[in-house]
Amino acid sequence: MNFEAIKSIYLAEMARTRRTIMQSIISPVISTVLYFVVFGAAIGSRITEVDGVSYGAFIVPGLIMLSLMTQSLSNASFGIYFPKFTGTIFEVLSAPVSFLEITIAYVGAAATKSVLVGLIILITANFFVPLEIQHPVWMAAFFVLTAVTFALLGFIIGIWADNFEKLQFVPLLIVTPLAFLGGSFYSINMLPEFWQKVTLINPVVYLISGFRWSFYGQADVSLWLSLLATMIFLGGSLAIIHRIFKTGYRLKP
Amino acid sequence: MAPILSVRDLEKTYDGGFQALKSVSLDIREGEVFALLGPNGAGKTTLISTICGLVRPTSGSIDVGGFDALKDFRAARQLIGLVPQEMPTAPFEMVADTVAFSRGLFGLKPDPALVESILKDLSLWDKRDNAIMSLSGGMKRRLLVAKALAHEPRLLFLDEPTAGVDVELRHDMWRIVGNLKERGVTIILTTHYIEEAEEMADRVGVINGGEIILVEDKAELMRKLGRKLLTLNLSEPLSALPASLAQYDLTLASDGTSLVYTYDTHAERTGITSLLTDLSSAGVRFQDLQTDQSSLEDIFVDLVKSG
Repeated sequence: MNFEAIKSIYLAEMARTRRTIMQSIISPVISTVLYFVVFGAAIGSRITEVDGVSYGAFIVPGLIMLSLMTQSLSNASFGIYFPKFTGTIFEVLSAPVSFLEITIAYVGAAATKSVLVGLIILITANFFVPLEIQHPVWMAAFFVLTAVTFALLGFIIGIWADNFEKLQFVPLLIVTPLAFLGGSFYSINMLPEFWQKVTLINPVVYLISGFRWSFYGQADVSLWLSLLATMIFLGGSLAIIHRIFKTGYRLKP
Repeated sequence: MAPILSVRDLEKTYDGGFQALKSVSLDIREGEVFALLGPNGAGKTTLISTICGLVRPTSGSIDVGGFDALKDFRAARQLIGLVPQEMPTAPFEMVADTVAFSRGLFGLKPDPALVESILKDLSLWDKRDNAIMSLSGGMKRRLLVAKALAHEPRLLFLDEPTAGVDVELRHDMWRIVGNLKERGVTIILTTHYIEEAEEMADRVGVINGGEIILVEDKAELMRKLGRKLLTLNLSEPLSALPASLAQYDLTLASDGTSLVYTYDTHAERTGITSLLTDLSSAGVRFQDLQTDQSSLEDIFVDLVKSG
């Protein structure tokens, strides 16, 4: 293992975060606080509680999940797309660095950033509503697994995209709608019965449900189903990345 | 001595079906400067990219310092530095950081003293804390050389190091190559500036249409394929060539004051003696004469045309 190379790429990516702190840390926090104010304070005053939890507290896990997913995606996809776009990727590809090491470094850095953003949101939320975390170990597990899984997905998108439009396509047109419709701001039990069933084909439902369970001990679907869904996501992303590296897709003609 | 780079029957066909390399075999000796010449699209960059691991070969083998570039890619790539043709740089990174980053990619511990000496050698030390985007084109090119040297490679590829740069920078690059050669670094450079190969190279390879059509010692090549021109400055202008001289490869300059005779230095008979005899019997007198050796450029154009 070329640990020095992993460290170099990881630190260079983190340095990029520091240079762009407005865009990478502050702006997701601000937009989450806005969600929080609009949904929690304005709408929440009309919905007193969901399954025994105040609405303001209820949406916190969903909000964190939403930003974990979108941040991991955009960090990782941009992180690998940008060197491809400028051409500097040649340096990494011609160095004695394996594809596994490249993935660990880029995905690790992207996941670290989104975990940081998620933690900041968690701390911020703590000022607005009383939070309780009933199962901290599960909470940490879902937190990290989601960050890593979506960073892997973002990495795939970054390799696949050959223009900026494609880079934005998946996050904006697929993941964001799935996250909003996956119960970030509501319990799927609040939906009509038909839509409850339809919602179950949305994989994000399982992630949010499991994460919310680790906070308040109540979930839309069973915990094990949530864990299974997360693992399928993770496994699927790893399989695609393995395939990409095997064939040199978009990286090595 | 075993060659530092040995390429055998290397072929590359891109997915679209374009065959960029056709059974390329090439040996590079340690410590030499090798110039790879060829027109645009000849396969120069594909050859370099394949050796450096940026392009996957269709078939054939690459051996770098005794290591198989595919099976033992870490050991092989450790020996190689690459300065690409385009100037890809991360615009917001700092100069010294990006050189340190390159070193890290090769699994080496940070060495600020080495980075400092590389940057000083390339006159970039004053710019160490500047963002890359603030550098001029010439500085960027030198920075790419610095990055490629950060892991102290034994074999350095310079892909068109002086494409589109001014004369001063070109001479700068020649000086850099000279210094590296003195330190024992083997250098492979591609170019389509012939004067560059003439200036720097020990050996010259010509690639065209994905095939190596010639590898030759530079001096030998110029001697072997070199044609010479003998120019005779006439005492009195001629209006036409005398019929008795028709058998010679002669041209009369448009104002009629000089005759140019083309001959092959490698031929058994150059024909100079009989030409001079025939000239004097035809009553053509001359004041002065000079000879010119054809440049590598002429040789190159001839080769590519006939290939």
